[in-house]
Amino acid sequence: MEYSIFQIIILSIFVNNFVLARFLGLCPYMGVSKQLDSAIGMGMAVTFVMTIASLVTWLLYTFFLAPTYMNIFYSLFNTPIQNVPDLTFLRTIVFILVIASLVQFIEMYIQKVSPTLYRALGIYLPLITTNCAILGVAVLNIDLFFIDGLPKDNSFIHTIVQAFAAGLGFTLVLILMAGIRERLERTNLPKPLRGLPIAFIIAGLMSIAFLGFSGMNIK
Amino acid sequence: MAIISELVKGIYRENPVFRLALGLCPTLAVSTSIENAIGMGAATTFVLLGSNIIVSLLIILFAKILSEEGQKSINKIRIPVFIVVIASFVTVVEMVMSAYFPALSESLGIFIPLIVVNCIILGRAEGFASKNPLLPSIADAIGMGIGFTLALSAIALLREILGSGAILGYSIMGESYKPVLLFILPPGAFLVIGIYMALLNWLDARKKQS
Repeated sequence: MEYSIFQIIILSIFVNNFVLARFLGLCPYMGVSKQLDSAIGMGMAVTFVMTIASLVTWLLYTFFLAPTYMNIFYSLFNTPIQNVPDLTFLRTIVFILVIASLVQFIEMYIQKVSPTLYRALGIYLPLITTNCAILGVAVLNIDLFFIDGLPKDNSFIHTIVQAFAAGLGFTLVLILMAGIRERLERTNLPKPLRGLPIAFIIAGLMSIAFLGFSGMNIK
Repeated sequence: MAIISELVKGIYRENPVFRLALGLCPTLAVSTSIENAIGMGAATTFVLLGSNIIVSLLIILFAKILSEEGQKSINKIRIPVFIVVIASFVTVVEMVMSAYFPALSESLGIFIPLIVVNCIILGRAEGFASKNPLLPSIADAIGMGIGFTLALSAIALLREILGSGAILGYSIMGESYKPVLLFILPPGAFLVIGIYMALLNWLDARKKQS
Protein backbone atom coordinates (compact mmCIF):
# COMPACT_ATOMS: atom_id res chain seq x y z
CA MET A 1 0.00 0.00 0.00
CA GLU A 2 1.18 3.51 -0.81
CA TYR A 3 1.16 6.05 1.96
CA SER A 4 1.04 9.81 1.65
CA ILE A 5 3.68 11.92 3.36
CA PHE A 6 1.22 13.02 6.06
CA GLN A 7 0.30 9.41 6.79
CA ILE A 8 3.96 8.43 7.07
CA ILE A 9 4.57 11.23 9.58
CA ILE A 10 1.60 10.30 11.80
CA LEU A 11 2.28 6.58 11.51
CA SER A 12 5.94 6.79 12.48
CA ILE A 13 5.48 9.29 15.32
CA PHE A 14 2.45 7.75 17.02
CA VAL A 15 1.25 4.41 15.69
CA ASN A 16 4.58 2.70 15.03
CA ASN A 17 6.49 4.69 17.60
CA PHE A 18 10.10 3.53 17.49
CA VAL A 19 10.47 2.99 21.20
CA LEU A 20 7.04 1.92 22.36
CA ALA A 21 5.82 -0.15 19.41
CA ARG A 22 8.96 -1.24 17.56
CA PHE A 23 11.35 -1.58 20.53
CA LEU A 24 14.20 0.29 18.89
CA GLY A 25 16.56 2.60 20.75
CA LEU A 26 15.72 1.28 24.21
CA CYS A 27 19.22 1.71 25.64
CA PRO A 28 19.26 5.53 25.31
CA TYR A 29 15.57 5.56 26.24
CA MET A 30 16.35 3.98 29.60
CA GLY A 31 19.80 5.51 30.02
CA VAL A 32 19.32 9.17 29.13
CA SER A 33 15.78 9.73 30.41
CA LYS A 34 16.69 10.75 33.94
CA GLN A 35 16.84 14.49 33.23
CA LEU A 36 14.83 16.67 30.88
CA ASP A 37 17.81 18.60 29.49
CA SER A 38 19.77 15.56 28.46
CA ALA A 39 16.61 13.95 27.04
CA ILE A 40 16.11 16.91 24.71
CA GLY A 41 19.77 16.88 23.65
CA MET A 42 19.74 13.16 22.97
CA GLY A 43 16.45 13.40 21.05
CA MET A 44 17.83 16.13 18.81
CA ALA A 45 21.06 14.25 18.18
CA VAL A 46 19.20 11.04 17.28
CA THR A 47 16.77 12.82 14.94
CA PHE A 48 19.65 14.57 13.20
CA VAL A 49 21.80 11.48 12.72
CA MET A 50 18.81 9.33 11.76
CA THR A 51 17.81 11.64 8.91
CA ILE A 52 21.32 11.93 7.50
CA ALA A 53 22.04 8.21 7.92
CA SER A 54 18.83 7.29 6.10
CA LEU A 55 19.71 9.62 3.26
CA VAL A 56 23.21 8.18 2.87
CA THR A 57 22.16 4.54 3.19
CA TRP A 58 19.36 5.05 0.64
CA LEU A 59 21.89 6.41 -1.88
CA LEU A 60 24.35 3.59 -1.18
CA TYR A 61 21.71 0.88 -1.49
CA THR A 62 20.23 2.24 -4.72
CA PHE A 63 23.44 3.03 -6.54
CA PHE A 64 25.93 0.47 -5.24
CA LEU A 65 24.34 -2.56 -3.61
CA ALA A 66 21.17 -3.42 -5.54
CA PRO A 67 21.70 -4.93 -9.01
CA THR A 68 19.26 -2.78 -10.95
CA TYR A 69 19.51 -0.27 -13.77
CA MET A 70 20.17 2.42 -11.12
CA ASN A 71 23.41 0.65 -10.15
CA ILE A 72 26.51 2.68 -10.82
CA PHE A 73 28.26 -0.19 -12.60
CA TYR A 74 25.41 -0.33 -15.11
CA SER A 75 24.78 3.36 -15.63
CA LEU A 76 28.38 4.62 -15.67
CA PHE A 77 30.54 1.72 -16.82
CA ASN A 78 28.06 0.09 -19.23
CA THR A 79 28.34 -3.31 -17.58
CA PRO A 80 25.62 -5.62 -18.96
CA ILE A 81 22.78 -5.80 -16.41
CA GLN A 82 23.26 -9.54 -15.80
CA ASN A 83 26.91 -8.93 -14.86
CA VAL A 84 26.16 -6.23 -12.28
CA PRO A 85 27.17 -7.71 -8.91
CA ASP A 86 24.34 -8.28 -6.40
CA LEU A 87 25.81 -6.89 -3.20
CA THR A 88 22.61 -6.68 -1.18
CA PHE A 89 23.93 -9.31 1.25
CA LEU A 90 26.56 -6.79 2.34
CA ARG A 91 23.80 -4.48 3.56
CA THR A 92 24.40 -4.95 7.29
CA ILE A 93 28.18 -4.51 7.17
CA VAL A 94 28.07 -1.50 4.85
CA PHE A 95 25.31 0.25 6.78
CA ILE A 96 26.91 -0.12 10.19
CA LEU A 97 30.29 1.08 8.88
CA VAL A 98 28.70 4.04 7.14
CA ILE A 99 26.74 4.99 10.23
CA ALA A 100 29.78 4.70 12.49
CA SER A 101 31.96 6.84 10.26
CA LEU A 102 29.11 9.27 9.62
CA VAL A 103 28.69 9.86 13.34
CA GLN A 104 32.43 10.54 13.66
CA PHE A 105 32.31 12.91 10.72
CA ILE A 106 29.26 14.78 11.98
CA GLU A 107 30.91 15.13 15.37
CA MET A 108 34.05 16.66 13.88
CA TYR A 109 32.05 18.92 11.58
CA ILE A 110 29.78 20.27 14.31
CA GLN A 111 32.77 20.82 16.61
CA LYS A 112 34.39 22.95 13.92
CA VAL A 113 31.36 24.85 12.67
CA SER A 114 29.12 25.40 15.66
CA PRO A 115 30.64 25.08 19.14
CA THR A 116 27.27 25.90 20.74
CA LEU A 117 25.54 23.02 19.00
CA TYR A 118 28.51 20.82 19.83
CA ARG A 119 28.15 21.62 23.51
CA ALA A 120 24.46 20.64 23.32
CA LEU A 121 24.87 17.42 21.32
CA GLY A 122 28.55 16.55 21.74
CA ILE A 123 28.42 13.98 24.51
CA TYR A 124 25.47 12.16 22.96
CA LEU A 125 26.93 11.72 19.50
CA PRO A 126 29.43 8.91 20.29
CA LEU A 127 26.67 6.99 22.08
CA ILE A 128 24.59 6.96 18.93
CA THR A 129 26.77 4.58 16.91
CA THR A 130 25.48 1.56 18.78
CA ASN A 131 21.94 2.88 18.97
CA CYS A 132 19.84 0.30 17.19
CA ALA A 133 17.25 2.91 16.17
CA ILE A 134 19.63 4.36 13.57
CA LEU A 135 20.48 1.07 11.88
CA GLY A 136 16.87 0.05 12.43
CA VAL A 137 15.42 2.96 10.50
CA ALA A 138 17.93 2.45 7.68
CA VAL A 139 17.03 -1.25 7.32
CA LEU A 140 13.32 -0.51 7.70
CA ASN A 141 13.44 2.05 4.88
CA ILE A 142 14.91 -0.59 2.59
CA ASP A 143 12.24 -3.08 3.61
CA LEU A 144 9.37 -0.63 3.17
CA PHE A 145 10.25 1.56 0.23
CA PHE A 146 11.99 -0.84 -2.16
CA ILE A 147 10.66 -3.65 -4.34
CA ASP A 148 13.33 -6.14 -5.46
CA GLY A 149 16.05 -3.56 -5.04
CA LEU A 150 14.25 -0.89 -7.04
CA PRO A 151 13.01 2.20 -5.19
CA LYS A 152 9.25 2.80 -5.24
CA ASP A 153 7.74 6.13 -6.36
CA ASN A 154 8.84 9.02 -4.14
CA SER A 155 10.92 6.51 -2.20
CA PHE A 156 13.67 9.04 -1.53
CA ILE A 157 11.38 11.66 0.00
CA HIS A 158 9.43 9.04 1.94
CA THR A 159 12.68 7.67 3.36
CA ILE A 160 13.80 11.05 4.66
CA VAL A 161 10.35 11.92 6.00
CA GLN A 162 10.03 8.59 7.78
CA ALA A 163 13.49 8.93 9.36
CA PHE A 164 12.81 12.47 10.54
CA ALA A 165 9.38 11.56 11.91
CA ALA A 166 10.75 8.49 13.65
CA GLY A 167 13.35 10.74 15.28
CA LEU A 168 10.61 13.12 16.40
CA GLY A 169 8.63 10.21 17.84
CA PHE A 170 11.72 9.05 19.73
CA THR A 171 12.29 12.57 21.09
CA LEU A 172 8.65 12.84 22.14
CA VAL A 173 8.60 9.68 24.25
CA LEU A 174 12.07 10.41 25.63
CA ILE A 175 10.90 13.82 26.87
CA LEU A 176 7.67 12.37 28.29
CA MET A 177 9.65 9.70 30.11
CA ALA A 178 12.17 12.22 31.46
CA GLY A 179 9.34 14.37 32.81
CA ILE A 180 7.85 11.39 34.65
CA ARG A 181 11.17 10.15 35.99
CA GLU A 182 12.17 13.59 37.31
CA ARG A 183 9.05 13.55 39.49
CA LEU A 184 9.62 9.92 40.40
CA GLU A 185 12.89 10.86 42.07
CA ARG A 186 10.98 12.55 44.85
CA THR A 187 8.51 9.74 45.52
CA ASN A 188 8.88 7.01 48.07
CA LEU A 189 8.99 3.81 46.03
CA PRO A 190 9.40 0.28 47.39
CA LYS A 191 13.10 -0.52 47.21
CA PRO A 192 13.08 -3.39 44.67
CA LEU A 193 11.17 -1.22 42.17
CA ARG A 194 13.63 1.70 42.20
CA GLY A 195 15.57 2.47 39.04
CA LEU A 196 15.04 0.33 35.96
CA PRO A 197 12.07 -1.85 37.04
CA ILE A 198 9.71 1.07 37.58
CA ALA A 199 10.98 2.72 34.39
CA PHE A 200 10.00 -0.39 32.45
CA ILE A 201 6.57 -0.54 34.06
CA ILE A 202 6.00 3.14 33.23
CA ALA A 203 7.13 2.48 29.66
CA GLY A 204 4.57 -0.34 29.56
CA LEU A 205 1.79 2.01 30.67
CA MET A 206 2.88 4.61 28.11
CA SER A 207 2.89 1.89 25.50
CA ILE A 208 -0.71 1.02 26.37
CA ALA A 209 -1.60 4.68 25.89
CA PHE A 210 0.15 4.75 22.51
CA LEU A 211 -1.66 1.56 21.52
CA GLY A 212 -4.77 3.73 21.36
CA PHE A 213 -3.36 5.47 18.30
CA SER A 214 -3.37 2.27 16.28
CA GLY A 215 -7.17 2.45 16.03
CA MET A 216 -6.86 5.79 14.30
CA ASN A 217 -8.14 6.06 10.73
CA ILE A 218 -5.88 8.46 8.83
CA LYS A 219 -7.01 9.59 5.44
CA MET B 1 37.90 -23.91 37.74
CA ALA B 2 38.25 -20.30 36.58
CA ILE B 3 36.82 -21.28 33.20
CA ILE B 4 33.73 -22.80 34.78
CA SER B 5 33.11 -19.66 36.81
CA GLU B 6 33.40 -17.58 33.60
CA LEU B 7 30.82 -19.89 32.07
CA VAL B 8 28.38 -19.79 34.96
CA LYS B 9 28.51 -16.07 35.77
CA GLY B 10 26.50 -15.10 32.68
CA ILE B 11 23.57 -17.24 33.66
CA TYR B 12 22.53 -15.65 36.94
CA ARG B 13 25.08 -13.43 38.69
CA GLU B 14 25.87 -11.28 35.65
CA ASN B 15 22.88 -12.09 33.50
CA PRO B 16 23.17 -9.76 30.48
CA VAL B 17 19.49 -8.84 30.37
CA PHE B 18 18.33 -8.65 33.98
CA ARG B 19 21.58 -7.57 35.66
CA LEU B 20 23.57 -5.65 33.08
CA ALA B 21 20.49 -4.36 31.15
CA LEU B 22 22.21 -4.99 27.82
CA GLY B 23 20.54 -5.99 24.57
CA LEU B 24 17.13 -4.77 25.59
CA CYS B 25 15.71 -4.10 22.13
CA PRO B 26 15.79 -7.67 20.79
CA THR B 27 14.83 -9.01 24.22
CA LEU B 28 11.57 -7.12 24.30
CA ALA B 29 10.73 -7.29 20.61
CA VAL B 30 11.29 -10.98 20.03
CA SER B 31 9.93 -12.46 23.26
CA THR B 32 6.37 -12.92 21.98
CA SER B 33 6.81 -16.70 21.79
CA ILE B 34 9.26 -19.28 23.10
CA GLU B 35 10.12 -20.33 19.55
CA ASN B 36 11.24 -16.82 18.58
CA ALA B 37 13.08 -16.42 21.87
CA ILE B 38 15.14 -19.58 21.37
CA GLY B 39 15.83 -18.72 17.72
CA MET B 40 17.06 -15.26 18.65
CA GLY B 41 19.06 -16.64 21.58
CA ALA B 42 20.79 -19.18 19.35
CA ALA B 43 21.59 -16.59 16.69
CA THR B 44 23.00 -14.18 19.26
CA THR B 45 25.02 -16.92 20.97
CA PHE B 46 26.56 -17.90 17.64
CA VAL B 47 27.57 -14.31 16.83
CA LEU B 48 28.84 -13.81 20.39
CA LEU B 49 30.94 -16.96 20.23
CA GLY B 50 32.35 -16.16 16.78
CA SER B 51 33.20 -12.56 17.60
CA ASN B 52 34.73 -13.41 20.98
CA ILE B 53 36.97 -16.06 19.37
CA ILE B 54 38.09 -13.81 16.51
CA VAL B 55 38.63 -10.76 18.72
CA SER B 56 40.63 -12.75 21.24
CA LEU B 57 42.78 -14.26 18.48
CA LEU B 58 43.21 -10.88 16.77
CA ILE B 59 44.52 -9.27 19.96
CA ILE B 60 46.99 -12.15 20.44
CA LEU B 61 48.07 -11.84 16.79
CA PHE B 62 48.57 -8.08 17.06
CA ALA B 63 50.66 -8.55 20.19
CA LYS B 64 52.86 -11.08 18.33
CA ILE B 65 53.50 -9.29 15.03
CA LEU B 66 53.22 -5.58 15.78
CA SER B 67 55.69 -3.27 17.46
CA GLU B 68 54.71 -1.13 20.45
CA GLU B 69 53.89 1.79 18.13
CA GLY B 70 51.76 -0.34 15.85
CA GLN B 71 49.79 -1.73 18.76
CA LYS B 72 49.05 1.76 20.00
CA SER B 73 47.68 2.86 16.64
CA ILE B 74 45.65 -0.36 16.25
CA ASN B 75 44.23 0.26 19.69
CA LYS B 76 42.70 3.51 18.46
CA ILE B 77 40.66 1.83 15.74
CA ARG B 78 39.80 -1.34 17.62
CA ILE B 79 36.06 -0.57 17.92
CA PRO B 80 35.46 -0.32 14.14
CA VAL B 81 37.51 -3.51 13.72
CA PHE B 82 35.30 -5.31 16.26
CA ILE B 83 32.16 -4.01 14.55
CA VAL B 84 33.29 -5.35 11.18
CA VAL B 85 33.99 -8.77 12.73
CA ILE B 86 30.56 -8.81 14.38
CA ALA B 87 28.79 -7.60 11.23
CA SER B 88 30.39 -10.41 9.20
CA PHE B 89 29.09 -13.05 11.59
CA VAL B 90 25.65 -11.44 11.57
CA THR B 91 25.62 -11.60 7.78
CA VAL B 92 26.39 -15.32 8.00
CA VAL B 93 23.50 -15.81 10.43
CA GLU B 94 21.19 -13.75 8.22
CA MET B 95 21.93 -15.86 5.15
CA VAL B 96 21.79 -19.23 6.94
CA MET B 97 18.51 -18.33 8.60
CA SER B 98 16.75 -17.15 5.48
CA ALA B 99 17.92 -20.30 3.67
CA TYR B 100 17.11 -22.97 6.27
CA PHE B 101 14.56 -21.37 8.65
CA PRO B 102 12.51 -19.02 6.44
CA ALA B 103 9.55 -18.89 8.87
CA LEU B 104 11.75 -17.95 11.84
CA SER B 105 13.63 -15.46 9.71
CA GLU B 106 10.31 -13.87 8.72
CA SER B 107 9.08 -13.52 12.29
CA LEU B 108 12.38 -12.16 13.67
CA GLY B 109 12.52 -9.78 10.70
CA ILE B 110 14.54 -6.62 11.16
CA PHE B 111 16.01 -7.85 14.45
CA ILE B 112 18.39 -10.26 12.73
CA PRO B 113 20.48 -7.51 11.08
CA LEU B 114 20.13 -5.57 14.32
CA ILE B 115 22.15 -8.21 16.20
CA VAL B 116 25.11 -6.07 15.06
CA VAL B 117 24.12 -3.27 17.41
CA ASN B 118 23.18 -5.57 20.28
CA CYS B 119 25.27 -4.06 23.06
CA ILE B 120 25.94 -7.48 24.62
CA ILE B 121 28.17 -8.51 21.73
CA LEU B 122 30.27 -5.37 21.41
CA GLY B 123 30.31 -5.12 25.20
CA ARG B 124 31.75 -8.62 25.61
CA ALA B 125 34.22 -8.17 22.73
CA GLU B 126 35.51 -4.90 24.17
CA GLY B 127 35.14 -5.66 27.85
CA PHE B 128 36.17 -9.31 27.98
CA ALA B 129 37.56 -10.94 24.83
CA SER B 130 40.04 -8.15 24.08
CA LYS B 131 41.60 -8.56 27.54
CA ASN B 132 41.48 -12.33 28.01
CA PRO B 133 42.98 -15.38 26.29
CA LEU B 134 41.04 -17.68 24.00
CA LEU B 135 39.56 -20.26 26.36
CA PRO B 136 38.03 -17.89 28.93
CA SER B 137 36.64 -15.83 26.03
CA ILE B 138 34.89 -18.90 24.62
CA ALA B 139 33.51 -19.77 28.06
CA ASP B 140 32.35 -16.20 28.56
CA ALA B 141 30.59 -16.15 25.18
CA ILE B 142 28.79 -19.43 25.82
CA GLY B 143 27.79 -18.40 29.34
CA MET B 144 26.51 -14.99 28.24
CA GLY B 145 24.71 -16.57 25.28
CA ILE B 146 22.96 -19.09 27.52
CA GLY B 147 22.10 -16.35 30.02
CA PHE B 148 20.63 -14.23 27.23
CA THR B 149 18.63 -17.15 25.82
CA LEU B 150 17.31 -18.07 29.28
CA ALA B 151 16.28 -14.49 30.04
CA LEU B 152 14.52 -14.25 26.68
CA SER B 153 12.77 -17.58 27.24
CA ALA B 154 11.69 -16.58 30.76
CA ILE B 155 10.05 -13.42 29.42
CA ALA B 156 8.56 -15.28 26.45
CA LEU B 157 7.21 -18.04 28.70
CA LEU B 158 5.20 -15.64 30.83
CA ARG B 159 4.02 -13.62 27.83
CA GLU B 160 2.98 -16.68 25.87
CA ILE B 161 1.15 -18.37 28.74
CA LEU B 162 -0.75 -15.22 29.71
CA GLY B 163 -1.19 -13.86 26.22
CA SER B 164 -2.27 -16.94 24.31
CA GLY B 165 -2.77 -19.59 26.99
CA ALA B 166 -0.41 -21.98 25.21
CA ILE B 167 3.23 -22.99 24.99
CA LEU B 168 4.63 -23.86 21.56
CA GLY B 169 1.07 -24.32 20.30
CA TYR B 170 -0.05 -26.67 23.09
CA SER B 171 -2.91 -25.22 25.07
CA ILE B 172 -2.22 -25.46 28.80
CA MET B 173 -4.65 -23.09 30.45
CA GLY B 174 -7.81 -24.98 29.52
CA GLU B 175 -10.83 -24.02 27.45
CA SER B 176 -12.31 -21.47 29.81
CA TYR B 177 -9.18 -19.28 29.88
CA LYS B 178 -9.56 -16.00 28.01
CA PRO B 179 -6.09 -14.89 26.80
CA VAL B 180 -4.90 -11.47 27.95
CA LEU B 181 -3.99 -10.12 24.54
CA LEU B 182 -2.08 -7.23 26.13
CA PHE B 183 0.84 -9.51 26.97
CA ILE B 184 1.47 -10.41 23.35
CA LEU B 185 1.29 -6.74 22.36
CA PRO B 186 4.26 -4.38 23.01
CA PRO B 187 3.13 -3.13 26.48
CA GLY B 188 3.25 -6.69 27.84
CA ALA B 189 6.98 -6.91 27.17
CA PHE B 190 7.72 -3.76 29.18
CA LEU B 191 5.51 -4.85 32.08
CA VAL B 192 6.93 -8.39 32.24
CA ILE B 193 10.59 -7.33 32.19
CA GLY B 194 9.90 -4.64 34.81
CA ILE B 195 8.27 -7.17 37.10
CA TYR B 196 11.07 -9.72 36.59
CA MET B 197 13.73 -7.12 37.43
CA ALA B 198 11.87 -6.03 40.55
CA LEU B 199 11.53 -9.67 41.59
CA LEU B 200 15.28 -10.27 41.22
CA ASN B 201 16.06 -7.13 43.25
CA TRP B 202 13.68 -8.31 45.95
CA LEU B 203 15.27 -11.77 46.06
CA ASP B 204 18.74 -10.20 46.35
CA ALA B 205 17.64 -7.93 49.18
CA ARG B 206 16.15 -10.90 51.04
CA LYS B 207 19.33 -12.93 50.59
CA LYS B 208 21.43 -10.10 52.01
CA GLN B 209 19.21 -9.83 55.07
CA SER B 210 19.34 -13.47 56.04
